[in-house]
Amino acid sequence: MKEKKLVAQRDAYGLGLVELGKTNPNIAVLDADVSKSTKTEYFAKNFPERFFNFGIAEQNMMAAAAGMAKSGMVPFVNTFSFLATYRAADQLRSSVVYPKANVKIAATYGGLSDSFDGPTHQSIADIAMVRALPNLTVVVPADAVEVEKALPVLANYNGPVWLRLSRNPAPIIYSDDYEFTLGKASLLRDGNDVTLISCGTMAGRVLEAAERLAKDGLNPRVLSISTLKPLDEEAILAAAEKTGALVTVEEHNLLGGLGGAVSEVVAGKNPVPVKRVGIPDTFADTGAYDALLDKYGLSVENIVTAAKEACARKR
Amino acid sequence: MDKNKLRVEELKKTANRIRVEIVKSIYGAGSGHLGGSLSATEILTALYFEKMRIKPEEPSWEGRDRFILSKGHAGPALYTTLAMRGYLPVQELGTLRKMGSRLSGHPACFKTPGIEMTSGSLGQGLSVGLGMRLAGRVKKEDYRVFVLLGDGELQEGQNWEAAMAASQFKINNLIAIVDYNRVQLDGTIDEIMEVEPLTDKWTAFGWSVLQMDGHDLNEILPTLDQAISLSKSGPVVIIARTNKGKGVSFMENKAEWHGKAPTEEEFRQALAELEQGGVSK
Repeated sequence: MKEKKLVAQRDAYGLGLVELGKTNPNIAVLDADVSKSTKTEYFAKNFPERFFNFGIAEQNMMAAAAGMAKSGMVPFVNTFSFLATYRAADQLRSSVVYPKANVKIAATYGGLSDSFDGPTHQSIADIAMVRALPNLTVVVPADAVEVEKALPVLANYNGPVWLRLSRNPAPIIYSDDYEFTLGKASLLRDGNDVTLISCGTMAGRVLEAAERLAKDGLNPRVLSISTLKPLDEEAILAAAEKTGALVTVEEHNLLGGLGGAVSEVVAGKNPVPVKRVGIPDTFADTGAYDALLDKYGLSVENIVTAAKEACARKR
Repeated sequence: MDKNKLRVEELKKTANRIRVEIVKSIYGAGSGHLGGSLSATEILTALYFEKMRIKPEEPSWEGRDRFILSKGHAGPALYTTLAMRGYLPVQELGTLRKMGSRLSGHPACFKTPGIEMTSGSLGQGLSVGLGMRLAGRVKKEDYRVFVLLGDGELQEGQNWEAAMAASQFKINNLIAIVDYNRVQLDGTIDEIMEVEPLTDKWTAFGWSVLQMDGHDLNEILPTLDQAISLSKSGPVVIIARTNKGKGVSFMENKAEWHGKAPTEEEFRQALAELEQGGVSK
């Protein structure tokens, strides 16, 4: 496979925030002592009067963001996903999501991407939690380009958004003319035999798997679903109809994430075989990112095997 | 009688009418938090009828002062105050806690005119108020934000995160009021989890601390003036000594009245006491 350019989403995010800050005076950025990791340090440098470092106190940061939003600002809350999603979970639920406060939560270091820091810092169940919160829009972009393109759309959307970002360099999937539409899946490859559906940066591995499958004589369709909520049910049902078998791939526990969401859609309307590729309900380990993905169920081989099994189960 | 004394007498009557409506609405709902609603009545009366810059006919007026009921279980007290102040019809108080009502079990900002922020999950209101003032600073607007906190609520650590941040960010026009009734759901504060020394704690976090009798309008009005003035240069907290269940003899200072509705007999007795102007001073 040809060499793909690798860019980290957090870098695109940090630069994107600065662009937002230039055009919208109501954008504020909140961080909890991790601005060098989240890359909000760029915004802090450019707009110090609109940057607030809350220290290591995420619950206060989340609820304060709700107060800012209720007073006309568009606050972006930044920290590691496990802190934004779990430490500040009730603040997210009670003060942001239930009252529909216009807060954007950038949950960075999603999945296993904080690989060397280990399971305390990895977030493998964050999507399951946010997906079950009413009123919350959930976005998991596929690459750095999508982060850049999504940011202005999310800033203009009036309502709470949870955006999951990856720490590590990941393949660039989209070209510069890509247009992000909230709630729409992207067709990355057309095909008839099976549909590989991913969210987040697993799109890179999925495209590799698709090439392998093509060599083996299968013609897979590839969808990237970056808006997990509201979910593009139409694209999922069309894929089920057209290819008769689905494989979901996510850097998340097999429980409660993309695989669950896709299964919920087809179960009620067109129950084709679904194979789910993800982390098998276990905390991972400390180690190199790619090696961790391979070890915890997300190797290209895992995807290829799942696709073949799904095809074999087609009626 | 001078003008101030007349005004205080008027406000006392208003507070008493609010108490009557609180008891009626919770009796009608069959559940709700009486104790903590009755302890906050004079504080709410002073804010909404005297000190806050508001336009009840225009609840979203941009320049308005904001009030956040962090102790959201005292919702009936806030609903009643808002109704008496003209934000909603007084007869609507009879819909408290009923399905489809705008008066949810705990306040919800999307449902009720005049409710600035959804609350009920304790410990979050001070952070929300802090955020409102950060926005005020960026937008160069000088509205004040008042946050009413429960004393038991101060056991939530988030309050102290917010206290620390308000000081670090040199927040102005933010005034917290602690409804210091010394009783929480399971018992008295000292039995469950002591919050003293309160003055020392807030002082250590960099706040100006004032004290007042939270039922004596002769003290509440000037203390609020002083707090408003002090808040121009930093965050201020008022520790308001109150009685849980204030105004109804058999409810006063009793943990059992934290969250229950009166029986018919208790309801009649409570109304009789309140119609005589309340039992305590």
